[in-house]
Amino acid sequence: MSEAQPLLQMQRISKTFPGVQALKQVDLTVYPGEILALVGENGAGKSTLMRILNGVFLPDADSGQILWNGRAVTIHSPHDAQRLGISMIHQELALIPYLDVGKNIYLGREPAGAVPGTIDWQRLYAQAREQLDRLGLPIDPRTEVRFLPLAQRQMVEVAKALSLDARLIVMDEPTSSLTDREVETLFDQMRALKAQGVSVIFISHRLEEIFVIADRVTVLRDGELVGTEPVAGLTEEKVIRMMVGRELTDIYERSGRTDSREPVLEVEGLTSHGAIEDISFKLHRGEILGVAGLVGAGRTELAETIFGLRPAHAGVIRLDGQPVTIRRPAQAIAQGIGFVPEDRKAQGLFLRMSVGENIVMAVLRRLTRLGLIQGARAESIARDFVARLDIRTPSIQQRVRNLSGGNQQKVVIAKWLTLKPRVLILDEPTRGIDVGAKAEIYHLMNDLAAQGVGILMISSELPEVLGVSDRVLVMHEGRLTGEFDPRTATQDDIMSAATGSAAGNNANGGGKGL
Amino acid sequence: MTTVTGVQARRAIFASWLRRGTVFIILLTLVVFFSLASDRFLQSRNLVNILVQNAPVIIMAVGMTMAMLVGGIDLSVGSVAALAGAISAGLIVRDGLPVYTSMAIGLVVGLAIGLLNGVLVVYGKLPPFVATLATMGIARGLTLVYTEGRPISGMGDAYTFWGSGVVAEVPVPVIVWLVIVALAYLLLTQTRFGLHVYAIGGGEETARLAGVAVNRVKLLTYGISGLLAGLAGLLLTARLWSAQPQVAVGFELNAIAAAVLGGVSLFGGVGSVLGAVVGALIVGVLGNGMNLLRVASYPQQVIQGIVLVLAVAVDMYTKRLENR
Repeated sequence: MSEAQPLLQMQRISKTFPGVQALKQVDLTVYPGEILALVGENGAGKSTLMRILNGVFLPDADSGQILWNGRAVTIHSPHDAQRLGISMIHQELALIPYLDVGKNIYLGREPAGAVPGTIDWQRLYAQAREQLDRLGLPIDPRTEVRFLPLAQRQMVEVAKALSLDARLIVMDEPTSSLTDREVETLFDQMRALKAQGVSVIFISHRLEEIFVIADRVTVLRDGELVGTEPVAGLTEEKVIRMMVGRELTDIYERSGRTDSREPVLEVEGLTSHGAIEDISFKLHRGEILGVAGLVGAGRTELAETIFGLRPAHAGVIRLDGQPVTIRRPAQAIAQGIGFVPEDRKAQGLFLRMSVGENIVMAVLRRLTRLGLIQGARAESIARDFVARLDIRTPSIQQRVRNLSGGNQQKVVIAKWLTLKPRVLILDEPTRGIDVGAKAEIYHLMNDLAAQGVGILMISSELPEVLGVSDRVLVMHEGRLTGEFDPRTATQDDIMSAATGSAAGNNANGGGKGL
Repeated sequence: MTTVTGVQARRAIFASWLRRGTVFIILLTLVVFFSLASDRFLQSRNLVNILVQNAPVIIMAVGMTMAMLVGGIDLSVGSVAALAGAISAGLIVRDGLPVYTSMAIGLVVGLAIGLLNGVLVVYGKLPPFVATLATMGIARGLTLVYTEGRPISGMGDAYTFWGSGVVAEVPVPVIVWLVIVALAYLLLTQTRFGLHVYAIGGGEETARLAGVAVNRVKLLTYGISGLLAGLAGLLLTARLWSAQPQVAVGFELNAIAAAVLGGVSLFGGVGSVLGAVVGALIVGVLGNGMNLLRVASYPQQVIQGIVLVLAVAVDMYTKRLENR
């Protein structure tokens, strides 16, 4: 492979934004038919580099060059990139939900019909059908995209990229919201692309995936290239070391926690029709209880039912032994339950408001006198939590939107801590957060548990579930299908319970989190 | 190869079909109700009257649908209609220009203000609501200045034919709106332009990245909306036998109500011309029926508002079903 002519060479690329040097002399090379993983913490410069490749940004004038098939090129726009054969598949999918699959694939390149200005629909759908077949996708090209599950939408994007004769496809965190099965399908597609000579740049926070699918890894840190190495000679620890620049010994932490047997939250026979059936468990004081399962198993719905966002049709919830009625989130909050939702940007934060405002949001009532907020007290509370949780922000006036994912998550947690909760429910607490910040979130969870808070953690990442939890519950199709001790359970055990089969399913063949 | 369509997707598709059907059901319900409540409602003269009277609003609703599909709105249509009508009448009566030349100039005036809206939105980056609110004021003001606040009449038969003429027993305004609706339907469903209109409303950045000439398409949709508003103004002037400076005040609200009733999303990307036409007929039937039942005109407005809220509430409910 190394003798082949590289498809893409980005040489000594620098990019300066006002006040920040985002990229310093970075090199990146992709060979034909290669899957290159691009990793780095948030802010390491991955997306800046990819935006330069896609023509969204121009590199600094004094920086190096981009060679495509050995020829120097300048990419001024995504259109230029497309013409060269570079396609980008973003985290936020670039499909129009209300248009059907065929229209999405050929938008802007519709086959012309007999009358000028019209579209030959038959040809459009026939061609779309061909592209989908090429990927083995059982999707009707006349289905509106909004009716497709997320994974299939991503496949449609791949089909769109292929229809553009893409030679290089950049996939930015394509697996972050897929189930293990879907990740497997995606990887199969990537292997098929590779066999057809198409190259892929694969960006992922899930290091395990890189070892499954990539040929080489390029690591960035603080806008600089740390190195590019074949996956074969690497270990996960080595990659993490390259990413964070220091040794991260055991990012999971379990210290200072007492083995209390006092239940703080007891759930008995909890049912919310169409979502969860007959769920019973106990969460002890100072315990981290993990909830594993596939996407759609009802884990988030369980959290929502406990928190009063979903009607409970049957069952009892007890806090410290006392039965409680929770029909609205306000009642859950009053009882000392906090909920850090899965989608922190949409559900957990006021993105345009400041760090300080977000933190005190839940205790405003207590900070109000005669209808006016006591600004000084609010500020001192916010400062206190910024310091305690080590939230990295220039000031408490900073808009939350400008913080990194890890720090945003800390703001959400801080908001709940102002209420001194008895129970904290965390739904996918480290989704989209880089390794260093993950370790800090785990550390924080450990501290809270040590202080006696009962923590219910929903997570799709099995290493996380096993590493952080004291006990692990597994859900499948709205029911509890297993309880495990993470010190003795394996990932396979949990996957079996999560897929509802005893053993021998193929969903755990190296997919996400495995 | 089997096609994956889960139970959920099938239910959503059913709900989406139901949603498109609601507007017809509402229209049908109103028709049945007024047929029972008044024996004059179903008389053919009355039904034809509804189709003739509502021609201007139907045509405006078609233009409004386009503006809304690209994620915008056009508040200026009522004023543009008045201005186009006034100028076309004035050119004939005051300046002695030929009828068809004058009418063509009236249409060009509508097109020009529509394009101005487009320029303000696309290049001036003004929110469509604000841009068209401003041109709404400007167009009405120009109408008052041009007419000096007085009606202009005496355009002659060739002009008034477009408001009260009949061809093969079909009133001319009905023919005009049928043709416009058919053309707009074909434009939106069969052409690249139409697909691009929906694409822009569904995801402007995505459309731009796919190479859609977003600016040009948006500019044209506003142009079309202005042109159709101008046409509606000519029909109105022809039917009234005179250009009234205060004609079509508030018609933009009827056109928006028609589009929304017809399922056109206020956020763009969703809706159809046919839906908007049915929506306009709902508004028209409601007004006509209440007149027959001798409901006074002031409470009529209250009832119209309530019906609009109910219809949109039903729509939102079926939309929720669809997304569940």
